[in-house]
Amino acid sequence: MKLFPVRGGIHPDYRKERTSEGAIVALPLPKALYLPLQQHIGAPAEPVVKAGDAVKKGQLLAKGAGAVSAPTHAPTSGIISAITEVAAPHPSGLAQLTIVLQPDGKDEWAELPAALDPSTASPEDIRARVAECGIVGMGGATFPSAVKLGLGTQKPIETLLLNGAECEPYLTCDDRVMREYAAEVVDGARIMARALGAAKIVVGIETNKPAALAAMTEAAKTFADVEVVGVPVQYPMGSERHLVQAITGLETPARKLTADLGVVVHNVGTARAVHDAVRFGRPLIARVVTVSGGAVAKPQNLEVPLGTLVSELVAFCGGLTEPPRRIVNGGPMMGQPLPSLDVPVIKGTCGILALTAVETNEQPVGPCIRCGTCVTICPCGLVPVEMASYIRKDNLEAAATAGVTDCVSCGSCSYICPSHIPLVHYFNYAKGALAAQGREQRKQDKTKELVEIHNDRVEKLAQAKREAAAAKKAAAAAAAAAQVETPQ
Amino acid sequence: MMTYTDKSGPFTHAATSVSKTMNTVLLALVPATLFDIWLFGWPALFLFAITIGACMGAEALCLNWAGKPLKPTLCDGSAALTGWLLAMSLPPWAPWWIAVLGAVFAIPLAKHVFGGLGQNVFNPAMVARVALLVSFPVQMTLFVLPHPMFATGSPGFMEALSITFGTGTLDSMSAASALGFIKTELSRGVPVAESIKQVPSLMDLASGVRIGSMGETSAVLVLLGGLVLLARRIISWHIPVTVLGTLFIMGTLFNAVDPTRFTPGWFHLMSGATFLGAFFIATDYVTSPVSKQGQLVYGIGIGLLTWVIRTFAGYPEGMAFAVLLMNSLTPIIDQHFRPRMFGRTRKGQPLPLKGE
Repeated sequence: MKLFPVRGGIHPDYRKERTSEGAIVALPLPKALYLPLQQHIGAPAEPVVKAGDAVKKGQLLAKGAGAVSAPTHAPTSGIISAITEVAAPHPSGLAQLTIVLQPDGKDEWAELPAALDPSTASPEDIRARVAECGIVGMGGATFPSAVKLGLGTQKPIETLLLNGAECEPYLTCDDRVMREYAAEVVDGARIMARALGAAKIVVGIETNKPAALAAMTEAAKTFADVEVVGVPVQYPMGSERHLVQAITGLETPARKLTADLGVVVHNVGTARAVHDAVRFGRPLIARVVTVSGGAVAKPQNLEVPLGTLVSELVAFCGGLTEPPRRIVNGGPMMGQPLPSLDVPVIKGTCGILALTAVETNEQPVGPCIRCGTCVTICPCGLVPVEMASYIRKDNLEAAATAGVTDCVSCGSCSYICPSHIPLVHYFNYAKGALAAQGREQRKQDKTKELVEIHNDRVEKLAQAKREAAAAKKAAAAAAAAAQVETPQ
Repeated sequence: MMTYTDKSGPFTHAATSVSKTMNTVLLALVPATLFDIWLFGWPALFLFAITIGACMGAEALCLNWAGKPLKPTLCDGSAALTGWLLAMSLPPWAPWWIAVLGAVFAIPLAKHVFGGLGQNVFNPAMVARVALLVSFPVQMTLFVLPHPMFATGSPGFMEALSITFGTGTLDSMSAASALGFIKTELSRGVPVAESIKQVPSLMDLASGVRIGSMGETSAVLVLLGGLVLLARRIISWHIPVTVLGTLFIMGTLFNAVDPTRFTPGWFHLMSGATFLGAFFIATDYVTSPVSKQGQLVYGIGIGLLTWVIRTFAGYPEGMAFAVLLMNSLTPIIDQHFRPRMFGRTRKGQPLPLKGE
């Protein structure tokens, strides 16, 4: 298949070999599971159980609230011990409402919804099942998948692009899933394509995963509508817009979706989850997590019940051999730092990395020497050096004009900067500040509108009063005039 | 357990650093420099050492004065590189005070008044060279014939000390560089086509056994260093190719029109500091545009200005002036020549959807 060039990009040290050759290992059930109500983008789920309830594996614990939300299910059978605030897997370490489940060790399944036959099920039924099973984007974005599968109802979708690029260093969970569950992934993709009304499926896999490419090609060979494509090893190839460009040659316009071009992108892990949900009625209650990094004794891929504490994963992998400089949730390029190991694995947790100081290679920040490498490698065609200098002066307006809101925070510029300037940190700050400004502006506009309406109403009342007074006066004057006239 | 959440990712970093970049550039200059020191003997070595030493000293003083830490900036090789390039643009037997004064122009005046590393608008080494050339035209244009080290007739160690630090015996040995010779002959009414036959042959220009400042001789070794920088991806082709290409095209074109008045393209490439300028001076990160498009414009500008100054102005060599003039345009070039943003038109509007 002819591929298309993508601008910029970098070739980081991938360090995938540490975990890519071992099979996925199922993590034993931990003592407690912590299931946050917010494991996805959108409104938090609403609990339907209370402390003390006995639940079975796969039973609904919290239901989705609103159009963009996702439910949460019990990863095993047990007792709900509390619904309380627990530290979230987020850099802030702030607490969020979480359902705490004590497993009873029986791992008894609840009654699951009946299997659907994908060849006869309607797209609506498939989407309803995906929503019911709490499936979200498992590449880390955690956008509710059913909403994304509904894009076919708004726009004609030609292609489902299955993202197996896995361009982040260290991470191999998608690689292993494609190798070990290729048939399931292909089946899930075909179900998703049906929900979308897409006639064609393309699976994009970076060529540094030859075994996954082979397994997926083998699994797809009986289906004429599925094509498996090796894409260049070039970070950030897994970025939705860039992968679409590499495979279709289409460039998604700013502020539009790939769906506007007739392409919807889903992660391979999501496809596997959809397969389980549609074929077996199983909700999303576990996921594969890459546990790696130089400080981990035995790096490997684990199949983890959602809600397991990160510390349990690390302990299962032989613990830490040295104090890590950073604990990262996700990949080293775009992942989030974690304040501690006592936070749960959620639906979007694709990796847990304990990185040593040597691996993070953090150096004191030096002055920019304008080498221009950040400009050359920016996959979004931005000028990071210029945006950073605006943001340093807090000139957010100029930074916005320079395109900071188009930045995908892929981290390529920070990675390559010889002066170790944390460019993405600047950009994330600016994006946050600009969003806050936007909210404030909308609030002010709304207030202004309300004040104007109020003033209008007051003015109208005053006007009416004046008119009434004038009319009264005129009437009085007329009456007086009439009285004066009468004696004559 | 204590981990850090003070900044956003990435949490891995390429093995790049400012000092690594600077050191690669210095290494690329080594072959040409060694050759030049051999070619012009002990005085050249002294001048070279004094220039770099003075630049490092000036950098240390400025950093100290500004209350900045000495070690990171002094050790990253940027001041040494400035000194190195300045030394290569001086007549090899220039007196010590030329070197020291040059360092004063380059480091405090051209670099630190703007805020130090990365902040200067003009290339420090070229500011120093031009300031010296304008202030001390005699000392800056006294070139000697090659006096290879240890050869008979070349100054020994003690004699060299007196050349660099004393009054010296330069007057009797002064000569003109190829560019200067042709300019003088032309002003005397000798057509270029005649005078060019008397300058060293192309081979001699290439091998570098000829008159000139250190960076003007050994064109081939400088080119080699430039190719190393290209191969190590310290620089990209955009600036050198446009500088050399423009200079060559302008020379060839005008020489074809009037060979008595204009020197040919190959002569422009092989004489003066063309290669040093194209690969090492014009490519200075700090003072050149950051985008590839901008670099093309900048390189064409330097090539064009160099040709204009060499051909029409009073100075035989125009590279330093051309670089400084284009340095002043760098901020404007950066504003107007930028990559197209993903999903947007050149003007920054979102790309139209098909059928829109």
